[in-house]
Amino acid sequence: MTLLPILVLALGTYGFRVAGPLLSERLKLSARVQERMALATIAMLAALVATSTLLVQGGFAGWARPAGVLVGAVLACLRLPFIGVVIAAAASAAGLRLLGVP
Amino acid sequence: MENVDRVLVRDVGAVALASGVVGVSFGALAVAAGMSVWMALFMSVVVFAGGAQFVVVGMVAAGGSPVAAVLAGLLLNARHLPFGLAVADLLGKRWPTRLLGAHLMVDESVAFALSQREPGRRRAAYWLCGGMLFVGWNTGVVLGGWAGRVVGSSESLGLDAAFPACMVALLLPSLLPPREQDAEAGARERAAKARKVALVGALIALVLTPWLPMGLPVILSILAVGVALR
Repeated sequence: MTLLPILVLALGTYGFRVAGPLLSERLKLSARVQERMALATIAMLAALVATSTLLVQGGFAGWARPAGVLVGAVLACLRLPFIGVVIAAAASAAGLRLLGVP
Repeated sequence: MENVDRVLVRDVGAVALASGVVGVSFGALAVAAGMSVWMALFMSVVVFAGGAQFVVVGMVAAGGSPVAAVLAGLLLNARHLPFGLAVADLLGKRWPTRLLGAHLMVDESVAFALSQREPGRRRAAYWLCGGMLFVGWNTGVVLGGWAGRVVGSSESLGLDAAFPACMVALLLPSLLPPREQDAEAGARERAAKARKVALVGALIALVLTPWLPMGLPVILSILAVGVALR
């Protein structure tokens, strides 16, 4: 990996990151549009959760990962502290893998 | 600073630590793919997007063309544009802080900000999470580049399950109806709307992922806003 592709990736990524704040300055988004943007963020984060839980390179990720995420999600719904949710999810997935679950 | 409490620091610290361990895996992978430790660190500092970094280094290591790899990485990172519209007001008014804050925009800092109700706490959560993740991720990359194989893969530690679970925990305050009896009437309705959008968005991404290049399905999940509000 040479310097050029890294720089192009870095500049492009920063461009995406800085475009939102620049655009919102110019456009003066209405309250209605801002509400839609918050919902769009929720949609994208939920999409990231779903795909990163179930899929690896377009195929099924195996059972250990979704099982771990499910344990975390149930504990989060029971309003367990955040740190407990994260540790329980990791420990469940790691434990299942120790037992031979893919 | 009065908006930073111990619970927030502890929660963000846990995510930063986990991301540090994933950074160790990235450092090890990058060095195994022929990069120097310093090149791997440079990439992590200037790109600061774990998913795209893994994809680009992995594709090039597998013999893919750097142009295709960078395009795939950029597509994966295009979601930061709509993220930026949503968190623009958290980055401050002054240009230096705004330009710096934009670089700290990652899934976790956006999700942590979203999980807070009050504007001051949203801003604190965004900056604290972005800053601690930046330190954790880059420290991990250096350690991994030096001694990557000492630590097991982040999968054997279950970290691949920890990140989606962390996102679920951060999304829940937006999705669950408020517990308080005297919550404003609109709050219940907003949470119901958010649940519908989250569900449809997740379905859109799952259905499209096998057919489209990586990154695009997550961006197209935005269509859920229109679909779910009908």
